[in-house]
This record gives sequence, C-alpha cells and structure tokens, in this order.
Amino acid sequence: MSRRPRGTGESLKDFPLFGAISAVVFAFLYMPLVFVVGYSFNANRVVTVWKGFTLDWYLEVLQNDDIQRALMNSLRVAVVATALSVVLALGLAIGLLRLARSGNSFAWALIGAPLIIPEIVFAIGTLSLFVQMRMPLGVNAITLAHTAFCIPFALLPIRARLKSVDLSVYEAAADLGANEWRIFRRVTLPLLAPGVVAGALLAFIISLDDFIVSYFLAGPGGTTLPVYIFGMIRNAITPGVNALSTLLLLVSVLIVSISYYTSRRKR
Amino acid sequence: MGRARARAGQGSAWAAAPGLLYLIGLVLAPLVIIVVYSFLSRAKLGVGVKWEFSAQAYADLLFSESLAGGRSFDPTYLQIIFNSFLFALITSAVTLALALPIAVWIATRPPKDRTGLIFLVTIPFWTSLLIRTYAFIIILNDNGPINAFLGALGLVESPIPMLYTPFATVVGLVYTFLPFMILPIYASAERFDFRLAEAAYDLGGGKWTVLRRIVLPSVRPGVIAGMLLVFIPALGSYLAPELLGGGKTSMIANVIAAQFGASRNWPFGAALSVLLLIITLLVLVAFAVLSKRSARVTGRSSWESML
Repeated sequence: MSRRPRGTGESLKDFPLFGAISAVVFAFLYMPLVFVVGYSFNANRVVTVWKGFTLDWYLEVLQNDDIQRALMNSLRVAVVATALSVVLALGLAIGLLRLARSGNSFAWALIGAPLIIPEIVFAIGTLSLFVQMRMPLGVNAITLAHTAFCIPFALLPIRARLKSVDLSVYEAAADLGANEWRIFRRVTLPLLAPGVVAGALLAFIISLDDFIVSYFLAGPGGTTLPVYIFGMIRNAITPGVNALSTLLLLVSVLIVSISYYTSRRKR
Repeated sequence: MGRARARAGQGSAWAAAPGLLYLIGLVLAPLVIIVVYSFLSRAKLGVGVKWEFSAQAYADLLFSESLAGGRSFDPTYLQIIFNSFLFALITSAVTLALALPIAVWIATRPPKDRTGLIFLVTIPFWTSLLIRTYAFIIILNDNGPINAFLGALGLVESPIPMLYTPFATVVGLVYTFLPFMILPIYASAERFDFRLAEAAYDLGGGKWTVLRRIVLPSVRPGVIAGMLLVFIPALGSYLAPELLGGGKTSMIANVIAAQFGASRNWPFGAALSVLLLIITLLVLVAFAVLSKRSARVTGRSSWESML
C-alpha cells in the first residue's frame, strides 16, 4: 500500500490473542476440507490409517456406473434449477423495486422463507405436496424443489447489481424510442450480466450440494451425487468416499471463486 | 399514466409475479400441507395419510399408548425438544466465543485485505455440508488424526471416544454455523469507528476496558443477528446429529425424518414439523423484540456481503 494508516492507529486496534484465535479459527474452518482431500490419496482401505499414496480411488470412483448416473442426475437438476431460478429471480429483482411497500414485505417473507425454515421441514413438506398431488418422485421433483431455495441465492447478486444502475440510462433509452422489451434486452440485461452470472453460479452449487431435500424426493431413480455419497458413508467408509467428495469440493470451490471474481469486477 | 412514463424501461411490478407464484406453490403450499397433514390420521401402510380428522399426532407428542389402551404421560419427545434447544444454545455460545475475536480481527485489517479474508471465511460454507460433516467422522474417529496426535504425544493411553457422542454433534454444529456468526459481527465491527477506541485509550482505558466498554457494545447488533442466524438453523439441524451423534443424541429434525422414513407415521412427523415451525417463529419474534430492527438490518447486509 502506498499510504500508511495515520500514526498510532494500527497497533492500538489489535487486541491481545485475537490474531492467534483467528488463526485457530481459520485452521478449524479448513481442517475438514484438508482431511477429506488428504485421505482421498490413501492406499489403505481404512481411511484414517495412512499406508501410502495412490490415485486408485479416483479411478475406481470415475469408472463406477452408479456414480456416473448420480452425477448426471445432479447435473441435470442443477442446470435446470439454476436456469429456472435465475429467470424467476430476474423478474423478482425488477418487479420488487416497483412493488408497493405492503406487497414487498410479503414477497420478502416468501423469498427468505427457504433460508429460515428448517430444511427438513421444507423437504418433508415438498414430499407431502408431491405425494398428495400424485406427482412421481425423482429428478424432476428434486428440480422443482431446488428451484425454490435457489431463488434467494440467485436474487441477491442480481438485486445488488440492479440497485447500482443509474436510472437515467432507462430514460435515455426511452427517449431514443426503445420500447420496454427492447430496453430490457439491450440495456437492463447487459448491465445486470455480472449479477446474473454470480447468481447463477451460486444457485448452481447450492443445488449441486443439496442433500436433505434431494434425499427425500429422490425416489428409486433420482439418486443425486450427495444422496449417493450419503449411502456410501452409511455402508462402508473407504477413501473412495473421500475421492468422490474431493471432486465435489473442487467443483464448489472453483465455482464460488469464479462467482466471487465476477461480482467483484466492474463494481 | 404520467408516473409510469417517468419510469419507462424500469419494468413493472408484474415482473415479480411468476417468481412469487412459484414460491407460493413450492414454499407456502408445502407448509400448508404439513399443517393439514398434522391433523389427519395415519395411513394403513404408513406412506402418506388417511383423510380423517385426528388430533392423535399432537397427543402423541406428550402421551404414549400402552398395549392395554390406557394413556400415560411420556416425556420422550419433550426431552428431544429440550435437547435440541440445549444443542442450539451451546452452539450459539461457542460460535459467539470463536467468532467475536476473528470478526473484530478481520475488521481491523487494512481495507483491501478484508474482502479476501471474509471470502476465506465463506468458502467452506459453499461446499457440501454433507461432506464437511462426514469429515468429522474421520477427524473424531478412534483412529482419527486427533487421537493419533494425542497418542503420539503420549497424552492418552487409549483413544478418547469422541465420535458418536453429544460432543461430536456439538463440534459438527459449531463448525456448520460458525460463518453465520462471523459475518454479521464483522458487518457491525467494520462500521465501528476505531477513532472511538483511540479516544478511549487517550482517556487512559486499557485494552480490556476498551474492548468491553467500547467495542463490544458497538458490535451488539451484529452479535444479536449472529445469534439469530445460528440458533434458528441449529435448532432444526439434521446432518450433524444424524452422522456424528450416532443416534444417541437425536434432535427434532432426526425424529421428523424418521417419521417420514422407517417409522412411517406422517401425521406425527407433520405435527413435529409444525411444532418446530412454531418454535422457530417464536424465536424470531423474540429476537425481533430484542433487537429492535438494528440486528435485522445487519443480518440482511451480512447476507448481502456474502453473496
């Protein structure tokens, strides 16, 4: 940094032990990830007893038909739920800025509900609804449910972006003779693009990583990757679980990093 | 309309309609159906319900029926609800103790380092909760790294059993909800004007006095928001007690899941869900009264800083 903070400020801001505690907390936050990844290379069948380095578990996992099927299910759910939730969130972001105050608090209660309602309640509620309506369980049922709780995650980055748009650009476009739809396509959407991308990426990993809702709605043919991993954990814990988990962790970390950088840029 | 013209291109409130309808269909409707199911009878085969009014599910919360047909008071489920409260409370307290130092520490770093550090705090949150919870099966195992470490140091003769105990559940819960405590406290601490602390030092205050009397009161809204964001989801936790508690430390969510799974008593599971929702709502109201808006604002802004 080119500019030093004024005079005495910096050391006075430090409280004894806070730095040390912070280091410990950071270690605690990353410890699970480190052990999952580390033991995925263990040559021993017993996960926690280290025997030597191997990549065999990755080969085994990648060649497993059931896992490939679960992966395809997960991707199908995540892609469709992301697309649906982004479109709905885009409408919500634009509409809510225009909505009267009273309607707004109802709308926000609905949007925030999936974040506050215990996930188990959401899961069995959706299950009951689908069973009551005689809708088959499986990939489509999971997708519909995921879309609902992906909406808030897609919405917030889009909304943040929309609020930063200078209103005069709309006026300028209207003065130049553009109609509402044209303004949306040529002005609003390009301006919102970074928010849309960030929101879509977040919705994607939230869907990809979900376990509880998917578990209850999977039915016989809708096993997703986390549901499959849960089954593995229940049966026998081998480094194979770690290898598969590592791949999923990698995807999440990668996507959230991309989302972080896209929403930081050009703000 | 004149007003509408002035707002040309900004879209209309109707744009929100599809999203709101979707949420009514897939968030509100499931809640309504749970309430309805909780007042129906158990289906013969156990899957689904029989459409016949019954308050049996709620009676089952407090009473159990003996084979002779008599009813007697049964505290099993009260105990589980009490346990859930206890776990959520302990989790809130421990996360607060860990989050406060790190939140203040990050808030006192140079501005350009802060976003990166906060991003580091949030990364684990975005990875699969199932996998992170599974990781503690490895870590707390009898042959796991902690016991191996203690053994290698000669501190313990035989491994300390940690996995499948209430302790493991608490560790899992604390781990799960730590970011939810750090973020709102950080949001408060970042807004704190540290010149106030400087003034306090100039007036002869020591580090502890300044921390206790100046910094802590200023981050109070963040602490309250954090307690809310941790306590409520902790109360309804499923994975940590399921995978780490080893069935010995069930929380409400595990009992609900069991009713829709092996126990096959949907109305009872629905009644428990209604109870959990009511408790959640009451806690929300209590916090709202306690915080008088300030924490809610911090809570929302900490969500936004995260996304």
